[in-house]
Amino acid sequence: MGANELSRREFLKVTAAAGGLALSAGWTHVFGQEKFGPDSMPNGAVDNPLVFVSIAPNGIVSITCHRAEMGQGVRTGMPLIVADELEADWSKVRVLQAPGDELRFGNQDTDGSRSTRHFFMPMRRCGAAARAMLEAAAAARWGVPASEVEARNHELVHRGSGRKLGFGAVAADAAKLPVPKPGELRLKKPEEFRYIGKGRTRIVDAMAMTTGRAVYGQDVVLPDMHFAVVARSPVYGGKVASFDAAAAMKVPGVVKVVEIKDTAIPSAFQPLAGVAVIAQNTWAAMKGREALSIKWDPGANAAYDSDAYRAALTKAANGPGKQIRTAGDVDAALKSAAKQLKADYYVPHLTQASMEPPAATARIRGGKCEVWSCVQSPEAARNDVAKRLGLKREDVTVHVTLLGGGFGRKSKADYATEAALLAKELPGKPVKVVWTRTDDLQHSFYHTVSAEHLEAGLDKDGKPVAWLHRSVGPTLMALFGPDNKLESPIELGMGLTNVPFAIPNLRVENPEAAAHTRVGWYRAVSNIPHAFAIQSFVAELAHAAGRDPKDYLLELLGPPRQIDPRSVNDTWNHGEDPKLYPVDTGRLRTVAETAAKAARWGRKLPKGQGLGIAAHYSFVTYVAAVVEVAVDTKGQLQIPRVDIAIDCGAQINPERVRAQMEGACIMGLGNALLGEISFKAGRVQQTNFHDYEVLRMNAAPRAIHVHMIPGDYGAPLGGAGEPGVPPIAPALCNAIFAATGRRIRQLPIRSQLSA
Amino acid sequence: MVSVTVNGTARSFDGDADMPLLWYLRDVLQMTGTKFGCGQALCGACTVHLDGVAVRACQTQMKVADGKSVTTIEGLDAKGQHPLQVAWRELGVPQCGYCQSGQIMQAAALLKEKGSPSDADIDAAMSGNICRCGTYTRIKAAIKRAATAKGA
Repeated sequence: MGANELSRREFLKVTAAAGGLALSAGWTHVFGQEKFGPDSMPNGAVDNPLVFVSIAPNGIVSITCHRAEMGQGVRTGMPLIVADELEADWSKVRVLQAPGDELRFGNQDTDGSRSTRHFFMPMRRCGAAARAMLEAAAAARWGVPASEVEARNHELVHRGSGRKLGFGAVAADAAKLPVPKPGELRLKKPEEFRYIGKGRTRIVDAMAMTTGRAVYGQDVVLPDMHFAVVARSPVYGGKVASFDAAAAMKVPGVVKVVEIKDTAIPSAFQPLAGVAVIAQNTWAAMKGREALSIKWDPGANAAYDSDAYRAALTKAANGPGKQIRTAGDVDAALKSAAKQLKADYYVPHLTQASMEPPAATARIRGGKCEVWSCVQSPEAARNDVAKRLGLKREDVTVHVTLLGGGFGRKSKADYATEAALLAKELPGKPVKVVWTRTDDLQHSFYHTVSAEHLEAGLDKDGKPVAWLHRSVGPTLMALFGPDNKLESPIELGMGLTNVPFAIPNLRVENPEAAAHTRVGWYRAVSNIPHAFAIQSFVAELAHAAGRDPKDYLLELLGPPRQIDPRSVNDTWNHGEDPKLYPVDTGRLRTVAETAAKAARWGRKLPKGQGLGIAAHYSFVTYVAAVVEVAVDTKGQLQIPRVDIAIDCGAQINPERVRAQMEGACIMGLGNALLGEISFKAGRVQQTNFHDYEVLRMNAAPRAIHVHMIPGDYGAPLGGAGEPGVPPIAPALCNAIFAATGRRIRQLPIRSQLSA
Repeated sequence: MVSVTVNGTARSFDGDADMPLLWYLRDVLQMTGTKFGCGQALCGACTVHLDGVAVRACQTQMKVADGKSVTTIEGLDAKGQHPLQVAWRELGVPQCGYCQSGQIMQAAALLKEKGSPSDADIDAAMSGNICRCGTYTRIKAAIKRAATAKGA
């Protein structure tokens, strides 16, 4: 017998105990709940080794990763923590992927840059508990006190006699022992770590990814599988008025045409109304879809026009809005200031455009539904499928494949529910729903569009005495409630209300905006427009004051101090305890100074070249970037170098933190230079990568240098997946200003420099 | 009837000769290493070699592949030890990994043409291949490393 059998028994126990927990959406957390970190999330954290670790008689250790891999390295990072505390030899570790089951594994919603910061300690406890059980089993075998036995690199060693046993030899005995309580565990000292903090561990999927064997949602293959594509309502909230499938049915290989009924808006993560073509292969399904004749009833959002909407947002940003934070008397201070400045910034809708378009495969037999898909939140997918099909949660299984990028899109598994609905049409047979790139771009959950209005008053020395920021854009909460027109605490807490500047008179306002499409979250979310506006405006103020932008930024951050998020009306604080996670201006200063120093800030550059800096706090992590640009006389831009500094606390797998910063830099530059989703008559205008452009290699920086601030393993950790993105766009635009004197206030930049 | 050799194995296909090679590989042969990214030759995720030349499988109809030899990521090296694959792993290039089959196939075609490509050569050859995770600086470094390893 192995640990697996016990693990199954334990599973039943855990399920029974946790069965009554409500599946509330944890990211709507606000203070007052008195639960923070992983405890603030649905189903919290589990640290039971019988859930995550099994050891075979041959010594192979299998560690289950309960979070979704989408490029952030979590399938390496989580097991690496367990393996280190377990004293396992990494070469004898295999990684298993958990299906969606939060009652068993704890929270699995891989989003919000949370995995490492929420699960570092639970995974350490998990590994340490497994180690203690192995040590106790070996001690019992030898008849010696457990205190004399020590796990060392996959072996149990008796200190007195030097006797040794492999992990596999005592695994079955160990699995029968009680799991030690957290208070009884001995965690390693940081100097004892083998893998944590070293950055020498190759990603576990590297071989599969470089040989074509890695399986993503699009790649699921099952016997007798069918393939489907869906024609979806081009307008959010539209319905199928009528359709004619006769021509589609004549396409060789087409098996069935099925309507997917609309969901009332706001439709959360439910599918859009559409007509699906099921066929023997994807190509036939696509040909069948082309042959469909559909009349749409487009509904109330058919008037959505992003040009008109932009004008309305800009107007709203120039009028009063709900007061979010007020300090001093901004109006009086503005009036009496020696110099007043105003600026309006704009960031359009963006979309995630992960390289793998969404896809899901489902099969229904014997009243049970099985799904294989690339989902960030398998428990949410499981519940959505169960609800739509009228099944019990227990009768739905969601297997998690690799994700070919996620960036927030794959938190919303409308495609998994589509697959389940279509599988119902072919009982017993698997149906794979393939989204094309056009489907992905036109039916996403879009990054909000926003107008940001800033005003400041400077005294005679150029020092800011007043600051007014109005931010307006549709909220992602409109997905869940039709009347949500104000930014939620989540969005306000993304660098808007918690702007950490030492300015005596400061006011933040939020006018209303209604959503006319599915607004969702995209890597770094509302930090993107907030940081773009704030960090650009700081450089504008520095210029008006005749000061160096880096020095001016540091002066605005003020002396190192810890700001209680509650004191700046941030009721969210990324779900973290405000006592453990204050906004530390000293840390923000340090990353700004580190990036500036590495970029040799202040060096003389030829005409047409310049450096720009920006710093931003998000996902309880501090990041600053210095971008270097060279702009020629025709407005062609090159980026010789980017320096990016991050303080996310201790880096558990520093090599992947570095990779995240490099990737965030590329994505941030793409957002700033090229990204825009626009709407006419309620319809997305972009159809593929020629008109929704993303950064390509020829436009990428020649070099990206990442600088990581060392951290303490005992201190709270920050996120790493998202916080690299926000400072990039403003640092780029500040560099462009330094190089050319042209101030970019509207994204994307595109041809603005050659106009 | 279309005859095509895939990774050294002769195959015949009597379906729609207009079907892109991509869907033949993925749905008919169930070889999913070649990825679907855009369907319009805009992203490079589906790059394979057709008689040794890098092409986009999503825009290569079966009738065009007739009588030709196709190499996919699965067939680049039987043991996954092509110098590019080795360099990719050593430098930790992949993040999500989805585009990397196409990136490696494109880079392999480049190295066949140019043993030690310059930055400009790499930009020119690789800019049709999108990586949304943003691994471009590492891809470039890995190509140079593989070129050096090959030359040695």
